[in-house]
Amino acid sequence: MKAVDIIFYCIAIFVLTTGVLAVTTRKIFRSAIWLLFCLMGVAALYFWMNANFIAAIQIAVYVGGIVVLIIFSIFLTQQSGNQMPKPNFLRIIVASITSLIGLGLMLQLFAKQTFKTTNKNFDIDIATLGKQLLSTDANGYALPFEVISILLLAAMVGCIVIAMKPKTQL
Amino acid sequence: MTVGLTHIIVVSTVLFFIGMYGLFTRRNMITMLMSIELMLNSVNINFVAFNKYLYPDKMDGIFFSIFIIAIAAAEAAVAIAIIINLYRTHKSIDVDDVTDLKQ
Repeated sequence: MKAVDIIFYCIAIFVLTTGVLAVTTRKIFRSAIWLLFCLMGVAALYFWMNANFIAAIQIAVYVGGIVVLIIFSIFLTQQSGNQMPKPNFLRIIVASITSLIGLGLMLQLFAKQTFKTTNKNFDIDIATLGKQLLSTDANGYALPFEVISILLLAAMVGCIVIAMKPKTQL
Repeated sequence: MTVGLTHIIVVSTVLFFIGMYGLFTRRNMITMLMSIELMLNSVNINFVAFNKYLYPDKMDGIFFSIFIIAIAAAEAAVAIAIIINLYRTHKSIDVDDVTDLKQ
């Protein structure tokens, strides 16, 4: 086994363990911290796949943005030291069975499927990536880029409107 | 056995179903949001892995990952605004306590 493979298995075990802990631990703040580690593990997986740009975005947006937002909202809404109530037993059983059946189906599909992978080098030049993102020709992504920017603007305005205190309650 | 595409998509599938388990068992809105983030992340891993192993000379999987990350950020921001508003009106963010749309 080569060192690359060992690194992959380490990253995979790290991501899955922290993911399981993030959805099962009963203290909400710890759950957020486990989620942070899980997202950093996913970023490491992107680095392993040689997709440096996506890894950088993952760290900047998820780890630096969304997890911090989640931690702030935990501080605003919860007593973060308290334990959450245990989910009832029936729900745990049903959820595990559903997830395991789905997982089994997918894994069985992957076992049958063979992919025609190539061994070409996957090396992204960020300059070409930026040019293709903003170009308007057949392979360009200028229109989705604009749509996403409008979506982000709408989401921002929506957040402000939703979270604003009504005037009568002041 | 060298690590290939199948290994990566197995990892992402397991991550997806971990997120699904969390979404089914958690009753707290913030933790449900965290589970949704896990599921979105597993989809991103798939996009990048298929791009790397099947079409290494193209970049479309990378673009889709970028757009999914942007949408996930917008979604998290709106969800947290809703959660904070809900906490203000109901003093709880447990989905079992919140059964009406207004106070």
